[in-house]
Amino acid sequence: MFKNLKKFEVNRLEILGLKGNYDKKLMPKLSNKDIKKLYEAMILTRIFDRKALNLQRQGRLGTYASMDGQEASIIGSAYALKKEDWLFPCFRENGALILRGQPMNELFMYWGGDERGMNIPKNVNNFPISIPVGTQILHAVGVAMAAKIKKHKICSLVYFGDGATSEGDFHEGLNMAGVYKAPVVFICQNNQWAISVPREKQTASETLAQKAIAYGFNGIQVDGNDILAVYKATKDALDNARKGKGPTLIECHTYRINDHTTSDDAKKYRDVKEVEEWKKKDPIVKLWNFMKKKKLWTRKYETKLIAKLTKNVEDAVKKAESMPKPKVDDMFKFVYKNMTERQKKELSEING
Amino acid sequence: MAKLNLVEAINLGLKQEMKRDKNVIILGEDVGKDGGVFRVTDGLQKIFGEKRVFDTPLCESGIVGTSIGMAVYGLRPVCEIQFEGFIMPAFDQIITHLARIRNRSRGRFNVPLVIRCPHGGGIRALEHHSDCPEVLFSHIPGLKVVIPSTPYDAKGLLASAIMDEDPVIFFEPKKIYRSIKEEVPEKEYTIPIGKAKILQKGNDITIISYGAIIHKVKEACDKINDISCEIIDLRTLSPLDEETIIESVKKTGRVLIVHEAPKMFGVGAEISALINENVLTSLEAPIERVTGFDVVVPLPKLEDYHIPSIGRIINGIKKVINFS
Repeated sequence: MFKNLKKFEVNRLEILGLKGNYDKKLMPKLSNKDIKKLYEAMILTRIFDRKALNLQRQGRLGTYASMDGQEASIIGSAYALKKEDWLFPCFRENGALILRGQPMNELFMYWGGDERGMNIPKNVNNFPISIPVGTQILHAVGVAMAAKIKKHKICSLVYFGDGATSEGDFHEGLNMAGVYKAPVVFICQNNQWAISVPREKQTASETLAQKAIAYGFNGIQVDGNDILAVYKATKDALDNARKGKGPTLIECHTYRINDHTTSDDAKKYRDVKEVEEWKKKDPIVKLWNFMKKKKLWTRKYETKLIAKLTKNVEDAVKKAESMPKPKVDDMFKFVYKNMTERQKKELSEING
Repeated sequence: MAKLNLVEAINLGLKQEMKRDKNVIILGEDVGKDGGVFRVTDGLQKIFGEKRVFDTPLCESGIVGTSIGMAVYGLRPVCEIQFEGFIMPAFDQIITHLARIRNRSRGRFNVPLVIRCPHGGGIRALEHHSDCPEVLFSHIPGLKVVIPSTPYDAKGLLASAIMDEDPVIFFEPKKIYRSIKEEVPEKEYTIPIGKAKILQKGNDITIISYGAIIHKVKEACDKINDISCEIIDLRTLSPLDEETIIESVKKTGRVLIVHEAPKMFGVGAEISALINENVLTSLEAPIERVTGFDVVVPLPKLEDYHIPSIGRIINGIKKVINFS
C-alpha cells in the first residue's frame, strides 16, 4: 500500500504584461511615486552598467559582470527591504547596492581594482560583493539567525544565480534557514546561464523554486523581468519572515543579456536568437509601457531623467578616477585588527 | 584551587565567557544535550538554554558560514567542529571568507569567531580522527591559530580567543583531553594570543614544540640529565612569537623542533627559516626536526610509529648536541 504523505505545488507569479497590461488583483501596494522610483532605479542601473562596460573596454575598469536584462530582479527585490535589513550580494547587483546607499563612485573604484571601494558606509547594511559562487548564502542565514536570537525584527536577503543552486553551501544554507526558521529571503536570479552552462544542465528540477519544498519552506517562481511581481514576492516574503514564518526562496526567471563577464564571449555557446527573444521582454520597457498607460510617463520626464542620471554616473566616474592611488600600507592594515610584528617588518621592506 | 583536566578547564572557560558576555553563543554538532562527543560543552545548554547553546544539522560549512554571519551581526559564536578531519567541508568558508572579511570590507566588518576543534592522534581512532592540519590554517593571513597544551593555558587562551576581534582557530589536543590535570583558577584570567611560553629554562639546546607532543618532549628532557634543555611551548602558531624563539636560539645556539604534523612545509620548516633569516650566526649546529612522517596518518596499529616517540626525540636532541 502506498499512502500519499504530501502533495506539492509550485507557483509562478506574473503581474505585468508586455503591453502595460497588468493583473489588478495582484497589484502590490505601490504609490505612483514608488513606481517612478523603481523605474528610475532600473534606468540608473542600466546607465551604470553601460558606463562600466564602456570603461572596461577602454582599460579603465577590470573584469566586470553586466546586469543588463536583470534590472527588475535586482531592483524589485532590493526595493522591498527596509533600511535596517541586510543585503548580501553576489557580483551582479550593483543596482541594488546603489539603491541601498552605496556610493556609485566607490563601486567604480572597486571594479577598477581599488579595495577602498568596498568600504561600505556605516549606515548601509550591505555586505561586500562575494565572488565565490553561493558561499554568501550562509552569511545571510547567519545574520538572520543572529537577528532572531537578539529578537531584532530584521531580515536578510541574499542574491545568487542559477548555478549557485548546485553548490553545497546552497543546500546547507537553505537547510539551516529552514531548521531555525531564519528570517531570510533567498533571491535566485535564474538568468538561464552559468557562464556557458545552461540552466537545464545545473539540475533536473523543473524549477529552482521547488527546491525550497525539500527544506520545509515556500518557494515561488516569478517573472524576473516583471518588477511588480518581483517586488510583491519579495515584500510578501519579508513580511512573512518578520512575522516569524521563516524563509522563502524566490526564483526570478530572467535572462543575462550580455556575456557572463567582460572576459567571456557568449556567442561561443549560445544562440543569438535566444538573446533577441529575451530582449523583447526587457524589464525596463515592460514597466515603461505600464507607466505610459497610467500616465506616469512623459517624454519630458524621460529626457530630464536620463540627463540627470547620466550626469550622476559621469560625476561618479570622475570622482572615482580622481582618487589618488591607495597607500601601500592599505594592504597590511585590514588583515587583522592590529598588524602582526611580521607584517610590520614586511611593510618596512617596501617603505625602505 | 581545583585540579582540572583540559576538558574541564575549557568547559569552565566557556561557562565564564558566557556569563561575562551574553553575546557568546555555542553551536555545533551534538554540543547541546550531549555536551559534544568529548563532553567539552557538557551542561552548558542546561545553564544557558537552547538559544545560546544549540545543536546544528550535520554541516560543517554551514556551521562556520552561519557563524560568520552571526559574528558579523554582533554575536560571539564559539562553534565546534567535531574532529579536525571533518573541518575540511568548512575549509572553503574559513579561507574564502572568515580570513578575508575584515580586509574585503576595509575594516567595516570583522568576524570575532572562535572555531574549536580537537587536534592530533594517539587515541586509537578511525581514519580522519587523528590528523594535524594546523599549518593549513597557519598559512592563511587573517586567521589566528592557537593550540594549548595544558588545562591552565587552555582556559586563559580560550578567554583571549573569545574576546579577540579576529577569527581564531582553537585546536584542542585530544590525546591529553583527560590525561593531564593541574590547578586552574576559578577566577577569570587571560593568556595573550601570540605569546609562547618557556616551559623549561636551559642553556644547551632550544626545543620548540606545541600541542600534546610537548609532554613527550618534557619526558625526553627529563631522561637526559646531562643536557640543559630550554623548552618553548609555542601555544600560538599564528601570529608566531618570533622574539621568544630568536632570543632562546641566541642563548643556546642549538635547535630541535618537534611536532606531530608531517614535516613537509610544516611549522618546523617555517621556524627553521625564521632562525636562518634572523640568527644564523648564533647557530652551532644544523636545525633538526623530529616530526610525524610524510605519510597519511596510519590507523591505530601503526600510529605509534608515526607520532614522534620519546626515543626519537632523545635521538634528535643528541644529534644536535653532538654536532661539532
